[in-house]
Parts: sequence; structure tokens; C-alpha cells
Amino acid sequence: MNAIWSEKLKRNGFGWGLVLPSLLFLGMFTYYPMLKSVWLSLYEKNLATPEPLFVGFGNYAGLLKDHVFMKVFNNNIVFALGTVPASIVLAFVMALFADKALKGRALVRIAFFYPNMIPMIAVANIWLFLYTPHFGLFARFASWISEQPVNLLGTPDTVMGALIVMTIWKEAGYFMIFYLAGMQQISKDLYEAAAVNGVGAMAAIRRITIPLTMPTTLFVAVIAITNSFKLVDHLWIMTKGGPNNASNLLLYYIYDTTFNYYDQGMAAAMTVVMIALLLIVSSMQFFGWDRKIHYE
Amino acid sequence: MLKQSKSMLLLLVCLIALAGCGKSNENSSASETDINSAQPSASASESEPPSSEAAASPKGQVEITFYYPVNVGGPLTKVIDGMAKTFMEKHPEIKVNPVYTGNYGDNTVKIQAGVQAKQPPDVAVMMSTELYSMLDTNAIVPLDDFIAKDPDINMMDFYPAFVEDTQSEGKTYSIPFQRSTIILYYNKEMFKAAGIDPEKPPATWDELVQDAKLLNKDGHNGLEIPGNDDSYWMLQMFARQNASDPKQNLMSSDGKKATFNTPENIEALQFWLDLSHKYKAMPEGVIDWATVPTDFIQGKTAMMVHTSGNLTNVRNNAKFDFGTAFPPARKQFGSPTGGGNLYIFKDTSAEKQAAAWEFVKYMTAPEQAALFSSSSGYVGVRKSAYDTEAMKKYTADFPQALVARDQLQYAFRELSTHNHGKVSTAITNQVQAALAGQIDAAGALKKAQEEADQALAPFNK
Repeated sequence: MNAIWSEKLKRNGFGWGLVLPSLLFLGMFTYYPMLKSVWLSLYEKNLATPEPLFVGFGNYAGLLKDHVFMKVFNNNIVFALGTVPASIVLAFVMALFADKALKGRALVRIAFFYPNMIPMIAVANIWLFLYTPHFGLFARFASWISEQPVNLLGTPDTVMGALIVMTIWKEAGYFMIFYLAGMQQISKDLYEAAAVNGVGAMAAIRRITIPLTMPTTLFVAVIAITNSFKLVDHLWIMTKGGPNNASNLLLYYIYDTTFNYYDQGMAAAMTVVMIALLLIVSSMQFFGWDRKIHYE
Repeated sequence: MLKQSKSMLLLLVCLIALAGCGKSNENSSASETDINSAQPSASASESEPPSSEAAASPKGQVEITFYYPVNVGGPLTKVIDGMAKTFMEKHPEIKVNPVYTGNYGDNTVKIQAGVQAKQPPDVAVMMSTELYSMLDTNAIVPLDDFIAKDPDINMMDFYPAFVEDTQSEGKTYSIPFQRSTIILYYNKEMFKAAGIDPEKPPATWDELVQDAKLLNKDGHNGLEIPGNDDSYWMLQMFARQNASDPKQNLMSSDGKKATFNTPENIEALQFWLDLSHKYKAMPEGVIDWATVPTDFIQGKTAMMVHTSGNLTNVRNNAKFDFGTAFPPARKQFGSPTGGGNLYIFKDTSAEKQAAAWEFVKYMTAPEQAALFSSSSGYVGVRKSAYDTEAMKKYTADFPQALVARDQLQYAFRELSTHNHGKVSTAITNQVQAALAGQIDAAGALKKAQEEADQALAPFNK
């Protein structure tokens, strides 16, 4: 028995030693808070009950009855559906262009990538101005179409669309980098062979580029979906989740519940729901799907 | 076997390295304090980490931490840091560490985090509306003992409208510091162009509608009233103006009941909606809090209803002659007060609390109140502040600032209840929904009332 253990330690000890420091920090700042949230989510703890009171799954049952949580969850799904496919398609097209552009290649790449270099808070401030009624470029454009002054961020019907457009602009350049790398992995022989056989440029993209960048697409999709749940910085600057929760997202609502309502039990329950959701999304990449789309 | 011991060694090295990381930090901070105590003249002007507390007070000096937010434009941090500095010159036995904590929201988050970790600041500026949250988290001390023992404070000198929200159930929990009310700003040149006497701003709701309609032309709006962020504040104003009871407010004074859904309040909200939907004098939808002053300064609106905290901003940036007035009355004038008070925290020593009280007293003394008011645009919190030379000069140059003070006789407490976050969000969201045309005034207030009742239920057991 002892021999097996020492054998194991001999083989793995070095590896564990290397992993240990980061494991310690992960444990302290990621896993411990996660477990603590799970624990706290089973208690009622708010302004009316300052001493934690065990309620089992009461907070989770409360979430189902909380219409703001339902609305926010729904908003987040709309936000994901609005931003993820559009920014992936746009990223793909931009990458095609940046890959092929002969003149000013570097310039094109920088131009596409630069929105991603600006912090989200700065982006939000720039776009806040673009959407400002009377002054803003997009506000003017919108009022030219509808022939009346439009307050894009102050109207529940338009606020989500406005935020989605901004997020696509911000995110697409980031995803383009992944596609660009993916495209450069594809052997040029394939395209040459296709050209010799008289295959058109569009068909080559459809039959060669798209299938061979599928692993990139999956990776980008996972990042994009998790980002759509994590990116909320702009809400602080632009809408604070309003009007009437029309632009509120899950993470912002969690923040509000903790620091504005001081309802820590409910906030912990929502955090657990969100962590579970993100785990499921990112496990898409690691189990199953990943292997099915490789053309090796 | 040799290999195994090698890997064990590596493990050990890693652990030592980690421990070393922690240690070296301690060492460096310790050496910092060494330097500080060796050169007291240098350390006095620099802010020190809280860990060096013991080393920095060699001659029994009491050190207190002071958190403050800044919510308006301008170099206010300099003014406050300067005030803290002059305080320390007068009281060498007390050392104040002023910490700028961002806007009101960030400030509250930092203080609450400190309270949870049992390391609150000793004294802080916080929204007057945080009172019940602070009481429910057991974070602050009542100030009645300090007030009773200290003849210098003279509570009668503070404006009653500002003292109202420092109190609950007979006890005083804070001292007014940076305070404001809602006032009407108007562009005198646009008034002239529209044929309205620029010295006669609207004084009633009817006149407001009439003037706003006349002014709504040439590519600018007649009037703008912000509807996002804390829109309950504006609703409070309309509700009081429309109330037959001169003491009516949206909540009970013990903070346990909200009274949103009354016929008079519905009328008040309806008037707000009518300004854009019926009279077309104001843009539709939810108007952003921060863009309203910009619109006014840029000449995109002829009038705005906004906080008096913007006086300095408008004064410095508007390129036209502007006037200020009380927001127009229906049955009476009225405006809620807003802004922050100075609170003293629990979980510290009696010594520190006494030092914090000295500091609070100094910061709200007439000269400081005058200095702070004239450099920020906030209303001076006490009557005698307006008798100081600095304030006389300021108001002579800038008589618009007096409107906010004169209005204090009609001013009243900002919405402040237990579970304040939920209650104020309930009403704010419904007001926004009404402004956006999703729900009518009666429905909005009914819904807000239900949500508020639910949030307040645990406190009425």
C-alpha cells in the first residue's frame, strides 16, 4: 500500500507542487466564496432579520415568485440572443476581411479590434452620448426615422436594443481575433485545390472556412454566452437597469439586492443560480460537443 | 526515493515562498511605519495605511477615519480635505484621515462592507435616507448625549427642514452637512424671446403649463424634469404641492409605513405625466437625471426642475442670464430636502467617538458651513452661516443661491423608510413605467403601494 502511495507521489508530486500556489489562490478567492454563497443561500439574511435564519430552499422558492427576478432573467436571455449570434457572425465576416485585405492589413485589424481595447465604462460613456436625445448621432438618426424626438435609453421598448447594438460593437472585434487565428490555421493548399477545381469564393468559404473554424465558433460561443451574463458595467453608467427594469440584467440585480436592498440570502441564491448556469454553458465546451465538430 | 524527496522539497519551497509573500508585505509596512515615526514631519502630510495607527500616534493622538462622497461636479474633494486639515491644526490631539469614496452609492457600499467586517469608519457623510438601514444593521450611535453635553452645537441654529431627517422616534442620529432642495431654473433670455416677464417665473401649476407651452418652440423644450434614478424625489415634490394637509408626506415619520396610493398623489403624478402627454411642454419618456442640466446649459430647454446642488455647475457653464425660483405651487409650495448628513459609528472606542464628535461639530460650524456652501452650491445648513462675511459676499454676487435657502420653510423630509432600497425602488420603477406610458398614474401608485407594503411588512409585526 505504502509503495503505491510513494509511487504515486513520486509521479505526481512535482505536478502538484507546480499547481499548488494557484490552487491555493483559486481556493481562497473562487471556491471558498462559491461554497459560502451556497451556504448563505439557504439562510434568510436581510434588514428585517440581521441574524441568519435557516430557511432551506425558501430563497429559491422566493426567486420563482419574484417577478423582477423573472423579468431580469428573461432580459438576460433576450440580451444573449441579441448579442451572441450577431457578434459571432460579424466577427467572422470581419475576420474574413482582415485575413484577405492585402493593403492596410494591420490598420484593418486595429480598427476592428480597438473597441475591445476601451474599458466598458468608457464605451458606455461614449454610447451614452450617442444616444442622448437631440445631440447624439443615433438619437438623431432614430428621430429622423420615426419623425419625432426619440429617447432611446428612456423608453422600455428601445433600451434593450440600444444596449445590444453597443455590446455587439464592443464584442465583435474581440471574437474576430479568435477567428483570425483559426483561419490562419487552415492550410492554404485546400483553397488552392478548390480554386483549381473551379470552386467559387463563396463556396470555398461555405465548404472550407466555416467547417474548419467550427472549434473556434464553439469556443467563441461559450465566451460570448458567459460574457452576456457577466458584462453589466454599462448599466451603471447608462440606465441603472431602468426604465422600470427594462434593461436590468441578472448580475446587476444581484448587486442591487446585496448592496441596495441588503438582502444577502436572496442575492446568494441568485448567485448560485447564475454560477450553475455558467457552469452548464462552459461545460458544453469540455464535454461532448467539442469532439463532434473537429475535422481531424 | 531521491526523486520523491526532491518533489517534497519543491512543495516546501512553494509553501515558504507563499508564506514569504505574506511576510514581506508585513515587513514592508512595518518598515514604512519605522520611517514615519523617525520622520514625523514627513508623515504628517501623508495619508498612512490604517495598519500603522499605533505607530503614528506617539503622543496620545486619536486617529479617526472619515469617509465622504462627492456627488456633484467640481473640485470638492480639495475643499473637504482642506477643511479636515484646518481642523487638525486647531485640534493637534486628533488626526483625521479623510477618504474620498466616490458617489453616494459607492460610499454606502464601502461603509456597509466596513460595518459587516466590523471595521466601519469612525465618521462619515451618508445620505439622510440611509438612517433606517443603518439602524437596522446596528451601525450608528445616537448623538443625543453629545448634543446634551455640548453647549457649542446649538441645534436650534440648524434649519428645521434639515434636522427633520436626522431624527427618528425622539432620537437624533446625524448632523446635517451637504444638503439640497429642488428648485426651478429658467433661462431669462428665452423668457424674453417668448414675451414672458423674465422677473416673473411661474408660481403655480397653471402658470407653469402656460409658460412651458409658450417656451416650447425654436428647437428647445419648454421644461424638463428628470425621471430616472430617484424619481420618487420629484414625485414627493408634486405630491406635497398638491396636498391639502401641509404636513403630508409619502411615508410615516417612524419609517414603517408608505402612503403612495392616495387620490392626491395620483393627481400629482397625473400632472407630471400631463406635462408631456397632454400639454406637450416636455419630452416624453424617462428623462435622464444627468442630461437635464446639460440640456439647460446648452439651451435645449428653457426651464428645468433639478437639485440646487447644480447651482455652481449652471453658474459656471451657462452662457446666458438665468433665474431660479421655488418649484410652482398647487395648494402650497413644497420640496423635499436631499443630500447627506454626518454619522458617527459604533464598534469603535469612546475616545474615537468623542474625537469624531469634535470633528462633526467643526465641519458644521457656521464658518465651515459657509465655506462649504459657497464652494459647492449646497445649501448652508444653519442660519448663522448666512451671517458670515464669506456667505454675504457669495450671496450678493449670486442671489440665485438664496432661493434654495428661502424655500426651506416649505421643505420636508426625503422619502426614508425601513428597507429603504426596496421601498424607494418600488416607487421609482412605477413612476418610470408611468412616464414611459406603460401604466396609468392610478395603477402605478397602486402597484408601488403593494410592493412597499410587502417590503415593510416585517417591520410592522
